[in-house]
Amino acid sequence: MLTNVLIAGVGGQGIILLSDVLGNAAIRSGLGVRGSETHGMAQRGGSVVAHIRIGNARSPLIPKGRADYLVALEPLEALRYLDYLAEHCIAVVSTTPIPPASTHGKVAGYPSVKAILDELSEYAEVYPIDALALAKRAGSVLTGNLVMLGALSALRGFPLEQEVLKESIASRVPPKTIDMNLTAFKLGRKAVKG
Amino acid sequence: MAKLDIAINEPGRRVFLLGNLAIARGALEAGVRVASAYPGTPSSEILDAIAGVAPKRGIHAEWSTNEKVALEVAIGASYAGARAMAAMKHVGVNVALDALATLAYTGVNAGLVLVSADDPGMHSSQNEQDNRLLARFAKIPCLEPYDAQSAKDYTKAAFELSEKFQTPVMLRTTTRVSHAKGDVTLGELPDYEKQKPRFVKDARRYVCVPAHSRALHPVLNRKLAQLEEYASESELNHMHLEGEKGIVVAGVARNYVREAIESLGVKVSLLELGFTHPLPRELMRRFLSSVSEVLVVEELEPFLEEQIRAMQSDVVVRGKDLLPREGEFTPELVEEAIARFLGVEHSPPPRRRAKLELPPRPPVLCPGCSHRALFYALKKVTRRKIYAGDIGCYTLGALEPLKAMDTCLCMGAGVSQAQGFYHAGIDEDVVAIIGDSTFLHAGMPALLNAAYNSADILVIILDNRTTAMTGHQPHPGVGVTATGSETRPVDFIALAKALGAEYVAKVKPNDFEETVRVLEEALSRRGLRVVIAEEPCALLGRKLGLWKTPPRVTRGRCEGYLCSACRACLRIGCPAVGWEGGKAKIIEELCTGCGLCVSVCPNEAIVGGEEEC
Repeated sequence: MLTNVLIAGVGGQGIILLSDVLGNAAIRSGLGVRGSETHGMAQRGGSVVAHIRIGNARSPLIPKGRADYLVALEPLEALRYLDYLAEHCIAVVSTTPIPPASTHGKVAGYPSVKAILDELSEYAEVYPIDALALAKRAGSVLTGNLVMLGALSALRGFPLEQEVLKESIASRVPPKTIDMNLTAFKLGRKAVKG
Repeated sequence: MAKLDIAINEPGRRVFLLGNLAIARGALEAGVRVASAYPGTPSSEILDAIAGVAPKRGIHAEWSTNEKVALEVAIGASYAGARAMAAMKHVGVNVALDALATLAYTGVNAGLVLVSADDPGMHSSQNEQDNRLLARFAKIPCLEPYDAQSAKDYTKAAFELSEKFQTPVMLRTTTRVSHAKGDVTLGELPDYEKQKPRFVKDARRYVCVPAHSRALHPVLNRKLAQLEEYASESELNHMHLEGEKGIVVAGVARNYVREAIESLGVKVSLLELGFTHPLPRELMRRFLSSVSEVLVVEELEPFLEEQIRAMQSDVVVRGKDLLPREGEFTPELVEEAIARFLGVEHSPPPRRRAKLELPPRPPVLCPGCSHRALFYALKKVTRRKIYAGDIGCYTLGALEPLKAMDTCLCMGAGVSQAQGFYHAGIDEDVVAIIGDSTFLHAGMPALLNAAYNSADILVIILDNRTTAMTGHQPHPGVGVTATGSETRPVDFIALAKALGAEYVAKVKPNDFEETVRVLEEALSRRGLRVVIAEEPCALLGRKLGLWKTPPRVTRGRCEGYLCSACRACLRIGCPAVGWEGGKAKIIEELCTGCGLCVSVCPNEAIVGGEEEC
């Protein structure tokens, strides 16, 4: 049993925290886990991707065509890794664009979010999430990553139990922010479950 | 974020660790007493982690001024009987090479491990050299872990090997080991007891004058022969015989090979090497005697492949004819090569390209980064100029729209290259741009050289009060050590003067007009000039509470007149300055309130957040 999760976004959105929470939860669940992430130069507002593989993986990188789930913290970033998506891939996508500085003032700039979601839908079952609004409701725009984790946890077939994920969140975020982050997580779950 | 305590003493517990943290944990389990490093991706987290627990474990952990110093500190500790580790990125080993190249002659006393974190694919580096070649050059053993668990276990093994053979050992990782994560089963931490260091004087061993070194070299060569025998028996290598065709593999690619064998459903003989220098020749001979054709799977240089070929067996050796010699490997690349090697059917995943055009998102200088202000001011005051750059966040100033960097080679090179440009007789103004940590690392001898040899250049030291690119490590200019204790900060003005600068000035880049004025003055003079641009890194500024209210574009009052869409504000390349409906728009979530866009707007259409509109 192996579950491959690809997390895409922009440097600074809290992707490393998500991979930590997932890895920690996998261990709490008695499962093996491996992953790989971007540090250093690539974090300065650039495209960032993390691979997390829950179960019996050897490689820290997901082979192309085998990502079971895609978590995109930014819409444009959701389209950069189409090669990685498995036929049955399910994607949760934050619908708030962060236009790269290179598009500022350009006519052919950032594509429309609808066009992005339409194209992604050709390759995956897509759940658009208004993560920014839900994060604000949870108490801080900085909890957008936890909203997306909540959404991921509610997807069909996702192997980690929500209670274990909550324990893992509580062990990984600053103590003062635990409640806020758990609220963000719950709001994300609800956005998928309805 | 709540950090995992890497010093928990719960043997058998499984934890989720970054490869570099696993190395730090391995060093703790091995009882390391002195740990030194200079930050560099992908190695930095090793010392970050050790420093975090150093005081309570009785360890001395330090950020050294450069990699050579780091290694030499570790060497002294090892001579004195304390287990020591020096960690650095691959190109850092070049800086330390002067010490390393002779270290094997003297050997070590207590275990000494040199961590070389290589960066195939150059995620954050200027080259992708393969440091196994340096282990061979320096005549020291090389161990190559392949995941987080082995990163911890091999670190411990490296200390034991080092002590057993009285040799420094290179632990060579790559980005996909150092920055990969995995579940790691913890071992036991040794009881902390203050050992009494003891140095047994032995001039014929520790004083490398020619007469001594001539005697030491044959001893070293005999030691290497013994190590080669030992490597063949090492538990870090695994051989599995199954079939006529075989694969030899080392490093992270071991994982890709295992998964490919499973995915292709093939049977193949496999030799997985964790101990790669000296080559375990006897083991290799046994392996080659049972196969007819072998594929060597190793990233970057054909290090093992060429040595296997040199053994002149009858076996056909494949490797770089099926796999690239540059970049990092991926699972699918290795699967494809194995399928071709074995001649089996293989269906690669379909290649997909988004039909929408995706604008690229390269790394950029952060919103509020004072380097941006300095570069913009510099471009404003210099017309004909050459910018000799250096290594750090500010290298991003080379990109559009600032384009304020013409060279970037290695740590400290800009200050010396600028002198070469000047002595070559170039007409343009020559400006060297170097960061604070980089200047203290390798820029000081270069500045002294400029003074000594009368180079007429301007050197700008970008002092953002930290080593920013690698994760905000302190340096000697900051006044704080790796473990957080206070220390005497070096004064850049006094330092520049002492090194011979004739003109020294200090500016705050976010005070844009004053910066322009000082740069104009510096450029109008001749001789060796130094300008220190001091402003804390914007990311630190957030923690220090230095962020200000974002400015406003005064649409209501000024619409259509002041903001005449000249787009000057876009030319600073700030991610927080967007464009909407034909006018500038401040993206408040990203803005730090530095005010550069306010300064550059020619029509005063952007007003500082704290000013009345």
